[in-house]
Amino acid sequence: MTRKLVTGNSAAAWGARLAGVDYIPAFPITPQTEIIEDLAAWIDRGEMDARLVTLESEHSMITAAGSAASSGVRAFTATSSQGLLYGMEMIYTVAGWRTPFVLVNVSRGLASPITLESDHNDIMAARDSGFVQIHCATCQEIADGVLLAYRLAEHPQVRVPAIVNLDGFYLSFTREPVDLADASKARAFVGEYDPENLQFRGNSPLSQAMAVLGGGPYSYFRYQAHLALQQALAVYDEIADEFAEIFGRRYQMIDCYRMEDAEYVFVMLGSFSTKARDAVDSLRAAGWKTGLLRPRLFRPFPQAQIRQLLQGRRAVAVIDQNISMGMGGVLHSEFTSALYGTGDAPLVASYIGGLGGRNISQQEFFAIANELEQAYEEGAAPPPRLLYTEEELTEMRKLQAIAQAEHAQIHHN
Amino acid sequence: MTRQSTLHFHRMKDMPSSHLLGTGTPMCAGCGGLETLHTLYDILGDKTVFVNAAGCMTLLSVYPFTPFRGGWLYTAMASAPAGAQGVRDAVDILLQKHKLQADEDVEVVVITGDGAAYGMGLSATSAAMDRKLDFIYLCYDNEGYGNTGQQYSAATPHAAITSTSKGSRGYPGYKKDLFSIWAAHNPAYVATVIAAEPLDLAKKIEKLQSLSGPRMLISLAPCPTGWDYDPQLSVEIGRLAVQTGVWPLKEFIDGELRHTRVPKQRKPVDEYLKLQGRFRHLFEPRYDSGAIAEIQARIDEYWARVVS
Repeated sequence: MTRKLVTGNSAAAWGARLAGVDYIPAFPITPQTEIIEDLAAWIDRGEMDARLVTLESEHSMITAAGSAASSGVRAFTATSSQGLLYGMEMIYTVAGWRTPFVLVNVSRGLASPITLESDHNDIMAARDSGFVQIHCATCQEIADGVLLAYRLAEHPQVRVPAIVNLDGFYLSFTREPVDLADASKARAFVGEYDPENLQFRGNSPLSQAMAVLGGGPYSYFRYQAHLALQQALAVYDEIADEFAEIFGRRYQMIDCYRMEDAEYVFVMLGSFSTKARDAVDSLRAAGWKTGLLRPRLFRPFPQAQIRQLLQGRRAVAVIDQNISMGMGGVLHSEFTSALYGTGDAPLVASYIGGLGGRNISQQEFFAIANELEQAYEEGAAPPPRLLYTEEELTEMRKLQAIAQAEHAQIHHN
Repeated sequence: MTRQSTLHFHRMKDMPSSHLLGTGTPMCAGCGGLETLHTLYDILGDKTVFVNAAGCMTLLSVYPFTPFRGGWLYTAMASAPAGAQGVRDAVDILLQKHKLQADEDVEVVVITGDGAAYGMGLSATSAAMDRKLDFIYLCYDNEGYGNTGQQYSAATPHAAITSTSKGSRGYPGYKKDLFSIWAAHNPAYVATVIAAEPLDLAKKIEKLQSLSGPRMLISLAPCPTGWDYDPQLSVEIGRLAVQTGVWPLKEFIDGELRHTRVPKQRKPVDEYLKLQGRFRHLFEPRYDSGAIAEIQARIDEYWARVVS
């Protein structure tokens, strides 16, 4: 095992290298590009035995990843944001091919307006595609998450592609010390790629991705994919146990921080949850029994585990770094849906924060804790909140004033 | 892959006498695209993986049946060449790592209609040629979005009635010159073909088998349903497309353009147009001499450049 100081992007590239991938269809996009640059450099220097091909779009890139995995090689690819959306037709399509490979998504806000910073609306758009989703909060989790993702995707009871998600800038460009698995141990853990029945070759007829006629066969194949993802929950635990035995790090499908006796719970995905972790410590120091719950596995969604972990708590704040226009936070909907109708369910409050990399301050976490306590005392969840401060609004007004002044100037001339 | 062709197509009896592609597909009677595919498949053989884009031929393989003896992968409308890239690269990697034996190698063939080739898939096709992908691309060009009921596409000829150009003058645009666009990429091979001229088609397939890299075919595909004529006329209309000079048979190889069939006495374009319902408005209720003269003039202009 080597300990190295690497960025989240580099950790993702290391994950692919350690998994022994054969094939990398690529396309650049900020903030993901460093992943494919690292891989290309290793291949050029002969440190990695793989083939990297730059396609002309993410749509083509995802097609090539799926068709290569359907032809018997282990494939890896990466994208972000607009790229994930550009390739979205193929995200759904290759998931239906039931072809295992791993895609790393570096989350970034979606246009419009266009931005480069972190946000989860991109990855939420892939929510219903049939990909497994593993969400990471540290660089260590990214490198390890790629290895786990291959095992899960290629498992005989699963056989679907997987996305490993990390946050742009917060993780992609942040260096953290990472224990890189010993190459031979990593290869032994991931194993050889078994294409099962997916392999085009001469003398062997194979049809992939054929049309079906009617809702009967269509529903059958769609249900099969859904059931395979549900099976991935149990399979995940087996694989995570095996990983822990070899590498000493156990990745629960739901990461819990100071949850033992927590009365008020923050729920978040990804690296922004580390802000909540700090807030939990501060609030605990001030006598509040708070905790943090972070789903690492988002698809399949661990509903039963969530119910079990949240039963009997006083109130839960789901802080979404995404927004479903006209509805609200996606994670909030999923949590309320998981908890509805279960006895002793906590009150669930919705907060939107961290869009486009917007910070969530410690004061905001304290205010949320206050609201949770009040909600518990009143016995009703507060209305959903869009986090935004007076100061931010003042700054926004200044930008608008400049825009209006410039506009007036142009029209005056 | 060893590409030693033992076939020599001099006369009709040299053509394969039976078809590899199974019967009973849902293609229309008289489909000109299917005829080209038959010849291509018969000559290439079953060690072939077809990578298909959304179009009429999507329906060749419908679960649980396939007419193919080899491989078939359906992708999406825009990215069949990228699908071919993944298959080709994977097979090459496996051959290199001795996980596949040489005799398990495959020829990767993209098949798309003109909707994908002339429009949505052009970027992926261009990039596959940039990368010198070793593959064959067959575009069956029936001059419209046939699978959705023949709306006009960038391949639709001037004045044709389609389901989105039903006005008295038909489609106002002009057919895009995809052959030249492809040739500008300087791939290993580009050719126009038509099933109604099977020897020309077979010779071109034989030639592309001896090459590697991007090998591109555009087959004009007479289409009874989209062009509105009796299916039994498909071959005759195909021949007339060549004899009138509407569809020049040509190839581009090593930077050189060559016409493989130069009609000595070109028939008037009327003979081609009048058999098709999509051009009936040029003949009924009265003969539209202006429109037909314009179509004829464009053909003459083309051939004047070729022959001079």
